[in-house]
Amino acid sequence: MSAKLERLAQTLREILGDTLQSLVNDRGEVTIEVAAADYLRVAQTLRDHADLRFEQLIDVSGLDYAAYGNGAHEGRPKRFAAAAHLLSIKHNWRLRLRAFADDDAFPVLDSLVGVWPSANWYERETFDLYGIMFSGHPDLRRILTDYGFVGHPFRKDFPVSGHVEMRYDPEAGRVVYQPVTIEPRENTPRIVREENYGDVGHG
Amino acid sequence: MAEIRNYTINFGPQHPAAHGVLRLVLELDGEVVERADPHIGLLHRGTEKLAETRTWVQSVPYMDRLDYVSMMCNEHAYCMAIERLLGLEVPLRAQYIRVMFDEITRILNHLMGIGSHGLDIGAMTIILYTFREREDLMDVYEAVSGARMHAAYYRPGGVYRDLPERMPQYEVNRFKNEKTVRELNAARGGSLLDFLEDFTERFPGYCDEYETLLSDNRIWKQRTVGIGVVSPEEALERGFSGPMLRGSGIAWDLRKKQPYEVYDRVDFDVPVGKNGDCYDRYLCRMEEMRQSNRIIKQCIEWLRANPGPVITDNHKVAPPPREQMKANMEELIHHFKLFTEGIHVPAGEVYAAIEHPKGEFGVYAVSDGANKPYRLKLRAPGFAHLAAMDELSRGHMIADVVAIIGTMDIVFGEIDR
Repeated sequence: MSAKLERLAQTLREILGDTLQSLVNDRGEVTIEVAAADYLRVAQTLRDHADLRFEQLIDVSGLDYAAYGNGAHEGRPKRFAAAAHLLSIKHNWRLRLRAFADDDAFPVLDSLVGVWPSANWYERETFDLYGIMFSGHPDLRRILTDYGFVGHPFRKDFPVSGHVEMRYDPEAGRVVYQPVTIEPRENTPRIVREENYGDVGHG
Repeated sequence: MAEIRNYTINFGPQHPAAHGVLRLVLELDGEVVERADPHIGLLHRGTEKLAETRTWVQSVPYMDRLDYVSMMCNEHAYCMAIERLLGLEVPLRAQYIRVMFDEITRILNHLMGIGSHGLDIGAMTIILYTFREREDLMDVYEAVSGARMHAAYYRPGGVYRDLPERMPQYEVNRFKNEKTVRELNAARGGSLLDFLEDFTERFPGYCDEYETLLSDNRIWKQRTVGIGVVSPEEALERGFSGPMLRGSGIAWDLRKKQPYEVYDRVDFDVPVGKNGDCYDRYLCRMEEMRQSNRIIKQCIEWLRANPGPVITDNHKVAPPPREQMKANMEELIHHFKLFTEGIHVPAGEVYAAIEHPKGEFGVYAVSDGANKPYRLKLRAPGFAHLAAMDELSRGHMIADVVAIIGTMDIVFGEIDR
């Protein structure tokens, strides 16, 4: 399998050349990072080039690196990214394509709907949960959250309990929204240990 | 003359054929669907966000509740993602147990899928038959994990415990007299493997029964043949997987193409459809059940012959056995750390995909080295399928929408997450 991935990595380096910001071959998976400006063009190449042929877009996942490594955030000036998982049925290999959005306050990426129609809902979801805008998307509505929801819940600065809660108000005779009354709590603290702490090889 | 108008109707979220909480806004021209706009998210629980606030192991039971008719397969993808991040080997016996339970789950899922699809489009009997067999398989789940559905049986590094030596028995009560109980317990005298073996002997006969009910049924064919046709190209670009892809004639099965666990050691065939319509997908699912039965048989044979550990002995990941924990200081520390702080997973990212009964179920896990996932993305096959609802149902009659929902095998736990 690794020889095959090496071949894929080599092919990607040859075809994409300078547009590649990084190429990582880790744990049997290849990840490439490109600039937001190249995202759409690279996607098109990945689908159409005979030596790559990624016919299927399996998944698009939003990512928010704001709290990565408990706030260390080193080497990552940008916050939001979208990671697309691609699969080639012809060559039987996978690839992860990641692009960081340039502006943290208003993250925008190109939409892949024109390349793979399956991107439609995945990008709607990413927009809904992370607030990443996809320019060129035909129908960028919220998808998973409630009608009229405010905010983007999967961002790291959005609390798990949310900001509002809903209850029936007997006096008003209708359902009302109010600020959450439950205290945020953390049962198991999040801990990042030193290098090799949980490394299985060092058991 | 009366004015002719187009209608927009709400299909669901409480429609019995909506398979849960699908709200479908249909624009109709007479009885012909012009546009279908699924509104999802009514069952959104934020599993991915919740997982970020829990340790790696604490999220295993959440996985059961994604696709709640194929519970163990979800756990499998999740555990595989953690194992890949850790670079952890799973004992061979655990791999066989996982494969066996994946296939049991596949049968469970397809029984539910075919049964409810039949029920949706007017074949009432089939669901009564399929639920009869589901009951046996649920008992297997119960015997091994204590829960009939939400098992939480797979753990990072293996499975929770070895297969039990005895099956739970029925007892005489107000509703079941001694004779009934004796009949029900007939196959439950031995171990779980004995019970399962007996089931695999019976199951091909049951499959024949389903086929007599549906395969040549005139009404069933009228409702499914030529409905919801997906061309191979369309299936690829829409991100279809599983029976939805194979029904269109693409022989793609992760168990064969990118084998995980011990799928490269068991013998089975992958059925492929020709026309890409609802009927072909139904035939694919039928045959997949028979093939699953074959795999289960091979696993039973292997598991009988090869006892061994079922979870890794690396106690940084899996808890030590209780006797050791009580006798040995180091194991006590391991135990304490595991249950207070949890596993530490090295930084990195991984995408683990399995051939879920409904298609490709993937878990994209990003770790920054903490005891909790930094980001967990669940790739549900049904999400991509339902996204193509508009394409598939356009131009069909309104009654065919129900057939298309049925053939997609929609379950909202995984779509809304």
